[in-house]
Amino acid sequence: MTTAHDDTKNTMTTETTVRSDLSATTLRDNVEVAEALGRRYEAGFVTDIETEYLPAGLSEDIVRQLSALKKEPEWMTEWRLKAYRHWLTMPTPDWAKLKLTPIDYQSISYYAAPKSGPKSLDEVDPKLLETYDKLGVPLHERAKLAGVAVDAVFDSVSVGTTFRKELAEAGVIFCSMSEAIREHAELVQKYLGSVVPVGDNFFAALNSAVFSDGSFVFIPKGVRCPMELSTYFRINAINTGQFERTLIVCEDDAYVSYLEGCTAPMRDENQLHAAVVELVALERAQIKYSTVQNWYPGDENGVGGIYNFVTKRGDCRGNDSKISWTQVETGSAITWKYPSCVLRGDRSVGEFYSVALTHHRQQADTGTKMIHIGKGTKSKIVSKGISAGRSSNSYRGLVKVEKGAEGARNYTQCDSLLIGKKCGAHTFPYMEVKNPTAIVEHEATTSKISDDQLFYCRSRGIGEEDAVSMIVDGFCKQVFRELPMEFAVEAKKLLEVSLEGAVG
Amino acid sequence: MLKIENLHARVEGKDILKGLTLSVGAGEVHAIMGPNGAGKSTLGNVLSGRDGYEVTEGSVTFNGVDLLSLEPEERAAAGMFLAFQYPVEIPGVNNTYFLRAALNAQRKQRGEKELDSMQFLKLVREKLKIMQISDELLHRAVNEGFSGGEKKRNEIFQMAVLEPKLAILDETDSGLDIDALKQVAQGVNALRSAERGFLVITHYQRLLDYIEPDFVHVLADGRIVESGDKTLALKLEAQGYAWVNDKDPALTGASA
Repeated sequence: MTTAHDDTKNTMTTETTVRSDLSATTLRDNVEVAEALGRRYEAGFVTDIETEYLPAGLSEDIVRQLSALKKEPEWMTEWRLKAYRHWLTMPTPDWAKLKLTPIDYQSISYYAAPKSGPKSLDEVDPKLLETYDKLGVPLHERAKLAGVAVDAVFDSVSVGTTFRKELAEAGVIFCSMSEAIREHAELVQKYLGSVVPVGDNFFAALNSAVFSDGSFVFIPKGVRCPMELSTYFRINAINTGQFERTLIVCEDDAYVSYLEGCTAPMRDENQLHAAVVELVALERAQIKYSTVQNWYPGDENGVGGIYNFVTKRGDCRGNDSKISWTQVETGSAITWKYPSCVLRGDRSVGEFYSVALTHHRQQADTGTKMIHIGKGTKSKIVSKGISAGRSSNSYRGLVKVEKGAEGARNYTQCDSLLIGKKCGAHTFPYMEVKNPTAIVEHEATTSKISDDQLFYCRSRGIGEEDAVSMIVDGFCKQVFRELPMEFAVEAKKLLEVSLEGAVG
Repeated sequence: MLKIENLHARVEGKDILKGLTLSVGAGEVHAIMGPNGAGKSTLGNVLSGRDGYEVTEGSVTFNGVDLLSLEPEERAAAGMFLAFQYPVEIPGVNNTYFLRAALNAQRKQRGEKELDSMQFLKLVREKLKIMQISDELLHRAVNEGFSGGEKKRNEIFQMAVLEPKLAILDETDSGLDIDALKQVAQGVNALRSAERGFLVITHYQRLLDYIEPDFVHVLADGRIVESGDKTLALKLEAQGYAWVNDKDPALTGASA
């Protein structure tokens, strides 16, 4: 067993890289376990629905056409064009050292929408509903029972939103981004791009230019959203990049818990997914954003998986506000994701809880950024990485304490669990502390599922496969605890499925 | 119930068991004593099916079944239980959850109905009473942060819930102070029954003051060199293992 442990304070950048093949003698069985991880992608099926495409390629003309197709007002078209022009000036980032075939942005079609425009659930294509059924999405009655409102994004256009009435009575706006642009232009203009500016990074700029749809949530002053809001994403059209845009705004003293979950059907081409999520929390507002992500990771050789390059950022704009990110990631060929918090308001709080599981040849580079600006701001980071097969799993986090962040406090914990001998786990915690009163702590451990643990479980009657998922589940407990109940069950199941077929 | 015949086993290429023969009947308590390195723990590990222990010769049958052909979890379902010398920590996995998963996994393998949480809770409450263990232990992760005594008591508690036909206690007394030892022994004694056999592996006679064996065997250099009743243990305590080694010329001078 290899254990890395460090405890650092103040300005410091540490880098711990542990390769699991150091302890070759420890585990004979883990090879079997790793092979076992070679499960097939369960959600791999394609729904046959007529799709309306824009021709492949990207140009100002395409951006205008896209905006026109979506019947957007002039200001939105201009906003997109500005982003597009900025994007043209930016180089493709390569700092994450990922093994990546260059993406041909001209071969991607930037818009695909189901042809019929359903106005209610009754009008929704039954095949679409069937797809959701297969995925266990509680879209109709089950949604009501589960108390979850679902704004389902299928490819690029929102097809159905439930519970609109109940939410409307509470004053909550929960709709597709396209609708928000038409119906709530003032709010969108005020907040869109205010957390992630159009030129923020390469993929954010691309998203700003061509985003197809997404969700918009607005919780007015003093309102506690009466239910958990949920969106299921699903990529389903060949060669269609998915560019979602989500904006959540909580006014003073408002609260919302938002769930995002994704699966995708089997594909041969690599699919690009570059979403942008912006969260705004005003005075004393709280936003809890949970993600379970299970996109197609590619086959055993990493062929055909989703590229997931996401920009997620929350802005604690008000004093005493709080933003909490929780994510469970098992999918995608390449994941690049750093949900961040800008702790602008005094005493504001940012949290990041993450489980990332990689196997085969998946590459995950995820983490968070906590930017402490306000006084007495606090952040907490708990990251659990599980690597199997020949995968590579990195935590990359930045804790930055600005000059004025008197008494800022951060606690970071990064744990890695290795299964097999060919995977890698890496931890890159960056810290920049410019205020001497700040306390920044970092702890990291790396461990393997030990023979002893497996044998202990088996000697009690628990089969190897169940033992592995039990141990992994225990390893992730700290994060699962943060998920809403139903989601925690789903996440646990997802990990079980991911570890299925393990032994044999 | 358990029949071990001429068992030879090796670990990492080294022969440890060299022709061990032993029978344990239902309701019997057998103590295995012997000097360090005699193969005591190897015996427990071979019987429970741990990886890395290669059986080169001999046979083991458990209620007529060829035990050596079974996977560890199958042996557990067949009624074999090993109380570990060093119980393993499983961080984040709740003790109760673990135990229920284990019991139901065994029941499933045996074709019995799995217990729901209410039934299981009821069973656990009964067993807690017998073991005189506080239920605080149940809410913690498996062995995580347990003291040495708590770990051993937890092993016995697991045994109580899983109700094995044959329990192997591997140096359960090691690292325990006298009070903890008494508690553990009390638990074991409460589980003695006409249907259940025990194989108590220990280095010291002390444990046998509290768990009274029907038979005592002395294991040296990979085989049983002496068998008797509980008075044999007292003799060992008084005279050390040196006289045993005298019986086996191969071991002379190796009693340290």
